[in-house]
Amino acid sequence: MMYYYFGLAMRSLKRNLVLTALMIAAIGVGIGASMTTLTLFRAMATDPIPQKSRQLFTLQIGNWPPNKVTVATGDEEHLQQQISYPDAVALMNAHEGRRQSAMYHGGRTVIPANSDLKPFEASTRAAYTDFFRMFDVPFVYGEPWPASDDANHSDVVVLSRELNDKLFGGANSVGKTVDLDGRGFRVVGVAARWNPVPRFFDLNTDKYGKTEQMFIPFTTAIDEQMEMWGNFNCDGDVGTGGWEGRIHSECVWVQYWVELPAAADVARYRSFLTNYAIEQRRSGRFHWQALTRLRNVREWLAYNHVVSDEARILVLVSFSFLFVCLLNAMGLMLAKIMGRSGDIAVRRALGASRGAVFMQCLTETAVVGLAGGLLGLGLTSLGLFGLRALLSDEISRLSSLDAVDITIAVVLAVVATTLAGLYPTWRATRIQPAWQLKAQ
Amino acid sequence: MDVYPILAAMRRNKVGAILIAAQIAVTLAILCNALFLIEQRIALSKRPTGADEADVFVIDNGWVGQPTDLEARIDGDLAALRSLPGVVDAYVTNSYPLSDGGSTEGVGTDLDPNRALTLAALYFAGPQGIPTLGLKLIAGRNFTPSEVVSMNDYSVPKAPVVIITRQLADKLYPQGDALGKPMSMQFTKGMSTIVGIVDRLQVPWVSANGWGSKFNDNSVLVPFKLVWHGGHYVVRARPGQLAAMMRAGEDKLFAISRARVIDQVRSLPQARADIYRDDRGLAVILGVVCTALLTVTSFGIVGLTSYWVAQRRKQIGIRRALGATRNGVVRYFQTENLLIATTGAIVGGGLAIALNLWMVMSFEMPRLQFGYVIAGALVVVVLGQAAVFWPALRAASVPPALATRAA
Repeated sequence: MMYYYFGLAMRSLKRNLVLTALMIAAIGVGIGASMTTLTLFRAMATDPIPQKSRQLFTLQIGNWPPNKVTVATGDEEHLQQQISYPDAVALMNAHEGRRQSAMYHGGRTVIPANSDLKPFEASTRAAYTDFFRMFDVPFVYGEPWPASDDANHSDVVVLSRELNDKLFGGANSVGKTVDLDGRGFRVVGVAARWNPVPRFFDLNTDKYGKTEQMFIPFTTAIDEQMEMWGNFNCDGDVGTGGWEGRIHSECVWVQYWVELPAAADVARYRSFLTNYAIEQRRSGRFHWQALTRLRNVREWLAYNHVVSDEARILVLVSFSFLFVCLLNAMGLMLAKIMGRSGDIAVRRALGASRGAVFMQCLTETAVVGLAGGLLGLGLTSLGLFGLRALLSDEISRLSSLDAVDITIAVVLAVVATTLAGLYPTWRATRIQPAWQLKAQ
Repeated sequence: MDVYPILAAMRRNKVGAILIAAQIAVTLAILCNALFLIEQRIALSKRPTGADEADVFVIDNGWVGQPTDLEARIDGDLAALRSLPGVVDAYVTNSYPLSDGGSTEGVGTDLDPNRALTLAALYFAGPQGIPTLGLKLIAGRNFTPSEVVSMNDYSVPKAPVVIITRQLADKLYPQGDALGKPMSMQFTKGMSTIVGIVDRLQVPWVSANGWGSKFNDNSVLVPFKLVWHGGHYVVRARPGQLAAMMRAGEDKLFAISRARVIDQVRSLPQARADIYRDDRGLAVILGVVCTALLTVTSFGIVGLTSYWVAQRRKQIGIRRALGATRNGVVRYFQTENLLIATTGAIVGGGLAIALNLWMVMSFEMPRLQFGYVIAGALVVVVLGQAAVFWPALRAASVPPALATRAA
């Protein structure tokens, strides 16, 4: 029966090509616009590490006086995005979580052994060895450095695949040496492509940016005085003391992540943090009750508003546009179905039930929806191409269509069109056979 | 034209009329807000930095290894850049306009820790800063060479003198007498004397609601020379020599020493294009969506009205037979559309304002100016009239003789 309805639908659509084309075009354009922006939005709102986003936590400590009328960084609770070096060191030493790592973003100059290449700056993440296992960083060659390298401030490095390709032509470089700012670093591993988007572990700059080109131990980076490329915020008191004064100040510039697998671990860590703050007050470092906050990946992304206002506005605008397109298609469908009152009346007079007429019209609507969805998919690719041409590289990286996007587009088109077609279809079933036939 | 028969006919065709009115209403709501956003983003991307940007470029230089004679090397680089025939002047700095990176200070008029501070961006510059960027000094004087302090470790030195923007001067000293007065800096706990005021110098962070949007023109020039393993050389080329000097400058620096990394050489016009790319992109995308929206809405009107014409062919024929002119028939459809479109525009105007209020609350957007609603309403009403014209002409061509035939 469906096959017969499909045949009828095709015949009916062919009879009024202009109207059919208008309907398909309206739905296609609407789907195209909304899917283009939804793709961008989904990429921004996506969970960057779904298997662990509820077990990975970052923390905040109110190490600045809460009442002070100072520089306008920080949230409503006067908490900063990052923590200070003294706090990072104390928490690493306490080793309260299953895995944990203090980390920061900086850069080193790579002096290639191959003298055809000029020296170049490579973005570098300073971290502890737990970083890799905590975040499930995949490795092509080798493995994370052992914890002893953190303790010994060793000159070891994990390269990204990209950098390994550049320096070693993609060969296994484990055990080889890379010259970073005049010091030889031993390669212990090469990480496979790993670019979580958004870059949840450090949202200070380039939220959707790439992961660093290499990793070195945090302790080594501090010895080497690797400069901070991210945000470095201070509450006064950074005037003197050179590098040592700078890192031991209350300035905040370190990101800190901890893995807490079970709810009990989280509760325990929370009370550990609270006690830590109380201890700092007792020892005279804080003269106030310092707040502490622990947030998992999802909470952290929401807290940081990682979905840009622009993406939200575009989604809003384009879905309103889709709504207009559907109103439009609904009007045209109404026109089309009412224009066929005669046919429907004949079918009804020949014994077709209301249900049969309903199914037939709905089939026709769904065909239009499907065609519109396919057209919309084409337009979405075109739209994403346009986005890539118009927007910055950071945003452009987000705009690629995946299987889920395609499914959403087709389902959205068919469902939305069918919903829009319900009223016209219902009107069709109300057609009185006798009245119509008489008018003929 | 008598409206009553139109209304009577519309009552028999409620749904179609409502569909068109609803389309027009939503179209108007989006159109007003999108145009408003486009206008804002374009205005944002055109905000002046205060610098005469066209002939300025920046070389991001970094030294390889840990050279101990950094100051001599940097002086040598700058002297070499200045000696190029196509170069007017050059200086080394921590940050430059449109760069999206730099330092912020809390500044005030005294060191009282309980007083609220004003945020300001710090630009390091010697006496060459103002001529190189082409800033307009409106009061006081430029730095002298003897005032320049080298900054060569992680400690920020105290600045005896500063040059600030007019906006910051007015904020610190609302009476307009900032020149010669003291300014405090929070981090260094130091006092400086304001020796000069420039008309304008935008902070390096320019995104719509980002860091920097709350103190957009609060900048301080401090007489520091950055002696560091990384820094920006800002260079002014002679008119028409920009591209040539960008190449020549880089070559010259590598000729002096190859133990360096030049991350990028970029002109200020390019920096402007880069930093506002997403704002312009958003404006273009919204523009495309608006165009598509208007097209879809007008085709919708054409489609539905054509259907109405087809449906009413017989009635139109009868009216023509009873003496209605062709013009009368055209006017009938135009008036009908005008009624629908006006209803849609009124509802849409309300929707537009509601949508804007919501955006004001969630995106820190400014309030929609009423002019946009009026302009948008006019656009959709005119569009409706244009869209209905062709079906109306078709209606007018229905021959009166049709009335005598059966269906």
